[in-house]
This record gives sequence, C-alpha cells and structure tokens, in this order.
Amino acid sequence: MPATESNFQRFVEVGRVVLLKSGPQEGHIAVIAEIIDHNRAIIDGPTTGVPRQAFPYRHLTLTPLRLTKLPRAAGSGAIKKALEKEAIVEKWEKSAFAQRRASIAKRRSLTDFQRFVVMVAKKQRADRVHKAVRAAKKA
Amino acid sequence: MPLSEYQVVGRHLPTEAEPSPKIYRMRIFAPNEVVAKSRFWYFLRQLKKVKQASGEIIGVNVISEKKPLKVKNFGIWLRYDSRSGTHNMYKEFRELSRADAVKALYQDMAARHRARFRSIHILRVVEVEKTDDIRRPYIRQLLVPNLKFPLPHRVAKARSTFVAHRPTTF
Repeated sequence: MPATESNFQRFVEVGRVVLLKSGPQEGHIAVIAEIIDHNRAIIDGPTTGVPRQAFPYRHLTLTPLRLTKLPRAAGSGAIKKALEKEAIVEKWEKSAFAQRRASIAKRRSLTDFQRFVVMVAKKQRADRVHKAVRAAKKA
Repeated sequence: MPLSEYQVVGRHLPTEAEPSPKIYRMRIFAPNEVVAKSRFWYFLRQLKKVKQASGEIIGVNVISEKKPLKVKNFGIWLRYDSRSGTHNMYKEFRELSRADAVKALYQDMAARHRARFRSIHILRVVEVEKTDDIRRPYIRQLLVPNLKFPLPHRVAKARSTFVAHRPTTF
C-alpha cells in the first residue's frame, strides 16, 4: 500500500459492499470476496439473494460500506456471518444512498395523477409551514 | 464464444499387422466437439503415423472445472506461428477455470500479436499454486496482501438520444 493517503474514499477491496447495476440481481447489494483482476471480482451476497459469481466492476457501484476484517476468499458461510454481525443490510437500508434510490424508484412507479396528488400535498405542507412561521414571527 | 476443455481419445484402426493399436488421449481446448476432434487429428498426425482416414475416435468428453468459483493463477506454455517465424511463449493468467484461461490467452494473442486460433498451439496449462512461482509482474501485482485500488474515471453511459421509447398517449 502506498504510504501517502489517497484522495479516494471507496476502494475495490475484500469486504467492500457493492451495489449491482445490471444483471438479474440489479439493485441488490453484495460483498467483494476476492479480487480477480483489474476488471472483475468474486462477489457474494448470501443474505441479499446474490449468488457467488465473478462480476465486472463496470456493472457495479462501490458503496461507502465495508466489512472490516473479512479474510480474502472467504466462503459464503463466513460472509453471511460477517454481514449479520456488522448489520450491513440494515445499515445499507438506513443510508441516504439507499433511501434516495428507494424514493426515486417509488416516484418512477407513480402515474401522472399520483404525481399530481403528491404535488398538491407538498404545496399544502409548504403553506402550513409558511403560516406557522409567520405567526411565530409576529408573536 | 466460450471454450471448453475436451478429453479426446483415439487410435489407429486395428490391422492384421497390429491388431491392438496404441490408444492416444489428448486434452484439447476447443469451442465445440467437432473442432476438438479436428484438433486431435491435427496434433496426432504431427506426432504419430496415424491420420483420420486410418484411425478412429474412441471417445470425446468434456472436462469440467473442479472448483469453478476459486480464483487461480494459470501458467500457459504455447507455440505460435507469427508472420515471420515460430515462437515459444510462456504467459500467466488469473482466471476461474483452465478453459477461461485459455480463452483469455487466445484473446491476448489476437490483441498483441494478431495471432489466429489456427496459428497457436497450447503446449501446457498448469495452475501455479505458490505466489513465489509467479513469474510475470502483471499477475504478481494482484497477489500483494491487502490489495486495494479505487475506480477512477467512472463514466456513466448516457442513454442515447435516438433510442426508441414507447410513446405516452394519455
């Protein structure tokens, strides 16, 4: 490893939690179990429905999450234990990254009318906030 | 097209002079069984006085990888005919199976030397088990402990302007 700190935050490394961008498990998270080369790694998601497989970096996104102390080429059992111990899936679901993805997906699934309903509801909320702020200022 | 590893077994047809001819077995990397048998005859007639017209194939089997999810380092010896001569080479590959390593070798030879399938002979494929026995720096660099690297320059592919959409008709 280089002595100087890198400016990068996320690395391809054993234990890195990744988000799959394509394939049958698109949108699921998995863990890098072993690096094959500069283009591919073995990923595994025993608790997230991702079978152990070789996967190109091109079709995945590195997340800020990471399993600490995962040994190189750990089996599915060891990865499952580590995932449960560090509560990675819960951490992922609570993260802003996952919540933003969920809200975008939700909005995509809405119809034109449903989006209109959301717009009206947002306007009503903003109106009430403004009124409350004004009343508080006067008092 | 993915390659498979085949075991091809064949022999000379029995004759009066030689009622029980010697049986030959080869491990051949080929895209399908037909090519595997063809390569078997190609190599056998170079090595022994047996040809397809006077011989028979006893069996063709696919050899599958024992551990297809374990990352291995393979050393491959090969011989290839360039435009100006014949060369022997040794290359290393980091892959999940022997067949994948040979496929990567053909791609690499095509890229670096414009070598075709027909001008390459695979001599030997071995798994290199010890890190100290790795000879090539491009494989050795992947075997350092606690290897990590960033993915710089990630380009999000934009959806083309001219791609077909279903029209919205409401």
